[in-house]
Amino acid sequence: MLQFILKRLGLAILVAFTVSFISFSLLFLSGDPAAALAGETASGEDIEALRKLYGFDRPMLVQYGDWLFSALQGDFGESYYFKLPVASLIAERLSVTMLLGVCGISFALLTAVPLGVAAAIRPNSLIDRVALFLSVAGQAMPSFWFGLILIVVFAIQLGWLPPSGASTWRHFVMPTIVLGYYAMPAIMRLTRAGMLEVLNSDYIRTARAKGAPEMRVMFKHALRNAIIPVVSLAAVQMGFMLGGSIVVESIFALHGAGFLAWESIGRNDLPTVQALILIFSMFYIVFTFLADVLNAWLDPRMRSS
Amino acid sequence: MADPLLSVRNLSIDIPVGGGTLHAVRGIDFDLQRGEVLSIVGESGSGKSLTSLAVMGLLGKQIDRRADRMDFDGVDLTRASRRKMRSLRGARMSMIFQEPMTSLNPAYTIGDQLTEALLLHRNVSREAARDRAVELLEKVGITSAASRLGQYPHQLSGGLRQRVMIAMALMCGPELIIADEPTTALDVTIQAQILRLLVDLVREMDMAMILITHDLGVVARVADKVAVMYAGELVETGTAGAIFNAPTHPYTRGLLRCIPLPGKTERGSTLGTIPGIVPSLIGDISGCAFRTRCEHAVDACRGDIPRREEDGHMFRCVHPQGRRTEEEAPA
Ligand SMILES: Nc1ncnc2c1ncn2[C@@H]1O[C@H](COP(=O)(O)OP(=O)(O)O)[C@@H](O)[C@H]1O
Ligand code: SF4
Ligand SMILES: [Mg+2]
Repeated sequence: MLQFILKRLGLAILVAFTVSFISFSLLFLSGDPAAALAGETASGEDIEALRKLYGFDRPMLVQYGDWLFSALQGDFGESYYFKLPVASLIAERLSVTMLLGVCGISFALLTAVPLGVAAAIRPNSLIDRVALFLSVAGQAMPSFWFGLILIVVFAIQLGWLPPSGASTWRHFVMPTIVLGYYAMPAIMRLTRAGMLEVLNSDYIRTARAKGAPEMRVMFKHALRNAIIPVVSLAAVQMGFMLGGSIVVESIFALHGAGFLAWESIGRNDLPTVQALILIFSMFYIVFTFLADVLNAWLDPRMRSS
Repeated sequence: MADPLLSVRNLSIDIPVGGGTLHAVRGIDFDLQRGEVLSIVGESGSGKSLTSLAVMGLLGKQIDRRADRMDFDGVDLTRASRRKMRSLRGARMSMIFQEPMTSLNPAYTIGDQLTEALLLHRNVSREAARDRAVELLEKVGITSAASRLGQYPHQLSGGLRQRVMIAMALMCGPELIIADEPTTALDVTIQAQILRLLVDLVREMDMAMILITHDLGVVARVADKVAVMYAGELVETGTAGAIFNAPTHPYTRGLLRCIPLPGKTERGSTLGTIPGIVPSLIGDISGCAFRTRCEHAVDACRGDIPRREEDGHMFRCVHPQGRRTEEEAPA
């Protein structure tokens, strides 16, 4: 197991470096950064001066090394737009996004997994149909539309929840539901399909032949095997929520990192964009790594591969 | 004779399928005394596995099981609650399945899976359960048993896994063990070895066994009673001696045809093959199901088939002697 973890960790670090290089080079892909910084009316001399000032004239690898070294110490440079250190700018926004992401994925897992299990235990029952309906509805309904409906009903009509902002836990209720509901259908269907398959397997019959109670058969013997693909999916979705909840953050005016990324792209605020891309990618890498470790713990066959 | 350990009367199993109802098992009867070995033989698809699962109460929810009686040591299994069935399964009756590669849970260690039944049914400590697991692993011929407890199924070969399955079935010292083709999925070179191990353990621990196997050599050697199953019915049942020395039903004679001399069955000889195909069991079935393949079939075979019984040797055929020909007659 330890060997497996070390191997995966090595791989994750390798991927992290590659990704950091790619996110760094993105700067140059979008054209001359100095020209972009200087604006349309700037003269050639101004651009050259800026190029020197920001070090864009040095070889790219040197710039990358420099940037990475600072980034590892938590220094992502200064935002062109806010004229503030990118690190502190992001830290503040990231806490909102992370809270939302954790709440969102928890909501998704806590509704999708029990529903998927219940649907698999009784296929074609009422609960299976309800689960199917929720999943189809979740897939068909765009997040922004669902968010607006919630605002109209619970904030405007009933006045139970605040429509926007991030100051209390009540501000997070609707965003959590919208974000979580987005991830729920896929998790639920994968849980249901996995459970159905596992419940038909020979080792479940063996467990019953031993006289194991149904609850033990379902949860100890079946769910542990059925949940393995769900872990990988949830990790990807968690990464997505931490990086891509731009729509939800916009509807509910939760000024998180996703919203910041969106704004910064519009403002050509390259250091901020770079840092955010790097951080979002790191989330994916970390969650994939954690999912691999969790799966290896769940399924001993993975440890040897 | 004492009351049988297991007594089954008129057991039928219906399975709803796309085009109607599959009458997979129809009106079978058998008795099993304590310490006795009953062998059920018959081609694939004749309903042997369904019959075993019916006794264990392990048929799927959609499958309909009916019986006039199904008594296990005085407990009426047809009326037993799910809780009652659970308390019997794994404790007083165990089953060994055909597929060792998939019958163990890939996520748990051999030790966890071996001790599970004992911890569920008996008030023993983990250490005691572990000791019992080691003892049984040694009994089924697994070396360095203690270190195997921490291994996972994927680390064991098919033969070892089936030994583990056997040990697992014996953990609580059951009175009845049902072995459904326990070696069919294994490499031929170890089939006989494992089957013999199982049989020896059953004898040593004085358990009753229902053994489903295609190995007629083993049947001849270990079975006290033989039940011949065809297309969901028991066409002939009797003591092993009666079945091997005086097979009466045309189907039984077809199965045993490849055997040179009664009582001299060699180990490893398997069921004979009979030309023709098994009829569909979907919808209404009347007459003898074997008539499409029987060389002695007559018009009467479409009607009700009499059940003929003498000294515990039963067969179902319109011919009083199953139309045994001269050279097939018992010596
Ligand atoms: N769950 C099921 N659904 C539909 N048909 C089944 C099911 N289980 C068994 N059968 C059918 O019932 C018949 C008897 O099966 P089985 O008891 O497994 O035979 P055997 O063990 O003698 O080979 C076969 O025709 C098989 O296809
Ligand atoms: S009843 Fe008829 S068809 Fe059936 S075994 Fe006897 S002779 Fe053959
Ligand atoms: Mg079978």
